[in-house]
Amino acid sequence: MTIRNFTRREFLRDTAATGGAAAIAGSGGKAWAVPAAADPPVPTQHRVTIRLNGTERALQLDPRTSLLDALREQLYLTGTKKGCDMGACGACTVLLDGKRVNACLVLAARLDGREVKTIEGLADGDQLHPLQAAFIEHDGFQCGYCTPGQIMSAAGLLNEGRPLDEHSIREWMSGNICRCGAYPNIVSAIRQASGRA
Amino acid sequence: MQPFALEQGRDIADTIRRGRMPGTDYIAGGTDLVQLLKDDVRRPRRLVDLEGLDLDQITVTPQGLRLGAMTRMSEVADHPAVIRDYPVISQALLASAAPQIRNLGTIGGNLLQRTRCTYFRDTASPCNKRSPGTGCAAIEGVHRTHAIFGGSRQCIATHASDLAVALVALDAVVHLSGPNGARDVRLTELHLMPNDHPDIETVLHPGELILAVSVPAGAWTRRSSYLKVRDRASFEFALTSAAVALDIQDGKIRAARVAAGGVGTKPWRLPAVEQALVGAPATTATWQRGGRLATAGAMPLRDNRFKVRLLRATVTRALEQVGGEA
Amino acid sequence: MIPITTASRVDGRLKVTGGARYAAEFAPAQDNVLHAVLVQSTIAAGRVASIDTARAKQVPGVVAIMTHENAPRIDLGKAGDMTPGFPLLQDDRVMFNGQHLAVAIATSFEAAQQAAQLVELHYNRDEATLLMSDNPTGTSVPQRFRNGMRPPASTRGTPQASFDAAAVKIDQIYRTPIEHHNPMEPHATLAEWQGDRLLVHNASQSVFGNRKALAGFFGLPEDNVRIVSPFVGGGFGSKGVSWPHITLAAMAAKLVGQPVKLVLTRRQMFTSNGYRPKTVQHVRLGADRDGRLTAVLHDGISQNSAYGEFSEPVGLASEMLYSCPNVAVTHRLSKVNQGLPTFMRAPGEASGVYALESAMDELAWALGMDPIELRLKNYADRDEHEDKPFSSKTLRACYEQGAAAFDWKRRVAQPRSMRDGRLLIGLGMATATYPVNRSEAAAKVRLQADGTAIVRCGSQDIGTGTYTVMAQLVGEHLGLPLDRVRAELGDTALPQAPVSGGSQSVASISPAIREACLAVRAQTLQLAAGDPASPLHGLDPEELDVADGRILQSAEKSRGETYQALLARQGRAAIEADGSAKPGEEKQKFSMHSFGAQFVEVAVDPDLGEVRVRRHVGAFAAGRIMNAKTGRSQMIGGIVFGMGMALTEATEVDPRSGRVTNATMADYLVPVHLDVPEIEVIMVAEQDDAVNPLGAKGIGELPTVGTAAAIANAVYHATGQRIRDLPIRPDKLIDGLSI
Repeated sequence: MTIRNFTRREFLRDTAATGGAAAIAGSGGKAWAVPAAADPPVPTQHRVTIRLNGTERALQLDPRTSLLDALREQLYLTGTKKGCDMGACGACTVLLDGKRVNACLVLAARLDGREVKTIEGLADGDQLHPLQAAFIEHDGFQCGYCTPGQIMSAAGLLNEGRPLDEHSIREWMSGNICRCGAYPNIVSAIRQASGRA
Repeated sequence: MQPFALEQGRDIADTIRRGRMPGTDYIAGGTDLVQLLKDDVRRPRRLVDLEGLDLDQITVTPQGLRLGAMTRMSEVADHPAVIRDYPVISQALLASAAPQIRNLGTIGGNLLQRTRCTYFRDTASPCNKRSPGTGCAAIEGVHRTHAIFGGSRQCIATHASDLAVALVALDAVVHLSGPNGARDVRLTELHLMPNDHPDIETVLHPGELILAVSVPAGAWTRRSSYLKVRDRASFEFALTSAAVALDIQDGKIRAARVAAGGVGTKPWRLPAVEQALVGAPATTATWQRGGRLATAGAMPLRDNRFKVRLLRATVTRALEQVGGEA
Repeated sequence: MIPITTASRVDGRLKVTGGARYAAEFAPAQDNVLHAVLVQSTIAAGRVASIDTARAKQVPGVVAIMTHENAPRIDLGKAGDMTPGFPLLQDDRVMFNGQHLAVAIATSFEAAQQAAQLVELHYNRDEATLLMSDNPTGTSVPQRFRNGMRPPASTRGTPQASFDAAAVKIDQIYRTPIEHHNPMEPHATLAEWQGDRLLVHNASQSVFGNRKALAGFFGLPEDNVRIVSPFVGGGFGSKGVSWPHITLAAMAAKLVGQPVKLVLTRRQMFTSNGYRPKTVQHVRLGADRDGRLTAVLHDGISQNSAYGEFSEPVGLASEMLYSCPNVAVTHRLSKVNQGLPTFMRAPGEASGVYALESAMDELAWALGMDPIELRLKNYADRDEHEDKPFSSKTLRACYEQGAAAFDWKRRVAQPRSMRDGRLLIGLGMATATYPVNRSEAAAKVRLQADGTAIVRCGSQDIGTGTYTVMAQLVGEHLGLPLDRVRAELGDTALPQAPVSGGSQSVASISPAIREACLAVRAQTLQLAAGDPASPLHGLDPEELDVADGRILQSAEKSRGETYQALLARQGRAAIEADGSAKPGEEKQKFSMHSFGAQFVEVAVDPDLGEVRVRRHVGAFAAGRIMNAKTGRSQMIGGIVFGMGMALTEATEVDPRSGRVTNATMADYLVPVHLDVPEIEVIMVAEQDDAVNPLGAKGIGELPTVGTAAAIANAVYHATGQRIRDLPIRPDKLIDGLSI
């Protein structure tokens, strides 16, 4: 088997012509022809209101904009971090209606009427959330870039109300990667904040 | 990401009307589709949002379990009746991805997630599944994680879902609705082998929508388990996995349901193993025999040859975990 | 007050509230920043035949597509040896797959990304070299090994003859794969021109290195370029040199006349900012029956790019770690069409000590000797390669304390002899070593009229606790609590400091900060003693001290006054002093290294081949530990880094296209929470008055060294299988297990 020397154009054209299931869609028995991207639909801007850290925020959004980019680039809430932008690192973890999700995988235009909490909304004024205080005390971070995601994920975990021993904290926090390797300290911090240290 | 319009139907009928239009993808949890959009692997002109269609019920009856297609993975995994009566489903879900993704990802979307073949997801690489006729880069490329069952000369991409493995084992049925009405399809029949058209992955018609998945009750569902083997302790797709459900009475196996993950181009049911188990005593020897039979017909390549041994061990271990050591 | 040496990070609050701002999170003065997205090559070698940007330019919001045809010309000659001069869009060459070929610039990230995907590249392909050489044939000798500071090969005694004659021999090849740093923060550059002045926010381990590179490329005086990098989301070496995307961002900003923000995608980070190169290492050990080493030969080949030079110094530890009269080390390079490799956490030692310490374990087994005993038998009391005494070496205590904490005694020597239920248990150990580095640095300390102090030093804090150590030093010398000291770093407007690499930051900047503190303190004491209105008037400054924000008499501590009182009376806004420090002659007199011992327990599933680390004890002697809390964290982190190296990490390259096939965080597997068990670190007391005035040796890299070997040795002990090819995944173990 040999691999042809494809130009980027050939691949993109071929890609555009490919059917196949995504999400809950049927691809059909045959691939259908998608019009070339030379004539793209001009995306409608979506007007969306989300409740963000307790405040209603009206946004005008390109449908492609992720919640993560909406937070960082439009609202200048840069506490939520972009690590991989593909749901594989957890740095962008926020609470959506109280549940932890990867903001990079959520199209913000779908969130009308939903409630989002980010790291900026976790403390009570100057009073740090117990998780935040515990992360400082246990040195649960080094470079700090995964930290908001770790803390929001831990906040989501505590909301879930599971019994938590060290092993289960590790399992349930495994969606949050820390390349500095602060894991043992993060686990200690979460144990303390969950009242189990 | 190329531009698309984002729409929502008024109801299921309106959603399907929109969904059948050329160039349209449905979006459920979006955890896979958004990745495909970012990587330029998918270029839909229109996304039709399935949120708000009231497809998120979990129903438990004496006849079985019914999971709405939009039910979140985390809700199903945590559901007390699922944990009690269908542990293999809960376990398969908990072994999938990470908690954040399970809070977004849906049951229907999980079944239709695309392969993790890294050539498929890299638009600079040839891939018959993404770009028909360009060739398969994996067959002679890096294919440690690829399938040992169901591959063709065109494609050896592994089906990535853990949930589908558990559901295939339990004889699940998907309830569909489409432009030509409603129909039910057995989950074993939903996914297609790549053969000469790896780009066509399911029997779904254009615009056809999964409304729900049903799992029939059976004496075996309570005694079931999912075992997943991977390099990293968590947050990784399977190298191999096994879903096992057994009905054992008086030390004898009355019924067996066994399927494997990480090894097939589709969720891989293992009927030969099941047949060999039925009527056999619940003993270590039986589990080992089941494991050996699991790899009949495997067609490994250079880098994924280890999956043959590993799958045998995985199935043996899963059988033993469910059936007990004797 | 909390004892200062266990203080929490001074930047902790910013980091846990989302207030710490990283490079991509700054907005320029006017809110007119454009977004840039890179387009990269899809072939490994050749020329760009044509680039069609027509469709990309049609995307609403696109401002420009920068290619080699319209990119600003830059001066490739002046950026310095450490700066990759390629690929910078100055010509049409393609030297590796994933090379930058164009930059899409647009008003939104979405538009820039869309346009980047629509740029059409056409190539004339050349033959590419994609597989590195497995043996010296086809390899070359490095031309600038260690920046020309030492030869790439060394010999002492008669290594070959002694090996040939040895009673017991180990002769094996060890391999390590390409690994990527994968800091959590993607590389990001925000470039803004103000006339002929350039302001750059950059994710950087070396703001002064970046400044030199950009000033060189653009032909500017260094003062015209300012690099700012207050927070860096991890680097591990990948943000140490000035990678091309930094320059491309500045070029793009110049081209369009607006500020430009360029953030690498995770996929692009696999071809844009270096990596730990693949190595093939031939290690031969000869010993007599008593276990005394008679020959050590370590021949390393590391993968290099086709256009620059980076060689992984795998053999340096083998030159000095053990006492042996006959040692030979060589380093060679194998050029392939890949991007340039670079420093990655413990460059050289991480890969090289994996090989050496695996071989030592094999030798211990061949001799029927305890691995620690073998190492003690060959303990080097001086550096036999440099023929110098060590400035300090406390490795014996590391072995002892580590073994005691780990309970090494319970290890049953025979492989496969320890079990926990079904699981095979293995215990392994290895030695860690890393050189002590230090560079020239400067600092400024300012004691202010409000009784607070500011310390300024253009170093970087990449998670290493630099802010905290800087504040601590000032607190210690000026008698101030940490909340009254502000540390400023990561900015070329501050006094110059070296790259945050080679575990040298504390050793380099602390003496400069200390000097500035002492000068401020002396001035302050003098001022007090000379001020008739001061309660301390007339005393000899020698009799004075500082504590709790006050100047006081040492003998009678109640006699004194606050800094605020003194400065107010004197009408001074501040008392300020500079400090600078550089290495002295210690390096000529001493061999300077830190040492440690790693102990690991693994559990291996005998059927499934899954390896999980159950426990890790690391004992390290690295001179003075400036902050026990952050130091412990750094040591744990270094061990976790080594765990990934041992068990899961490997960058896969397609053998035909030269394309990285697992360029995502879902496919390149770094450790997650569940991979990391309890880790115990022991900071072995060590006083070293020679290395530098503070006696601190550096701890960022040492704990990574030896971890992979200790794990591999534990896997051998558990399974009887010696894996000489990292990472140790189920596919490598399964054939030798029980089924």
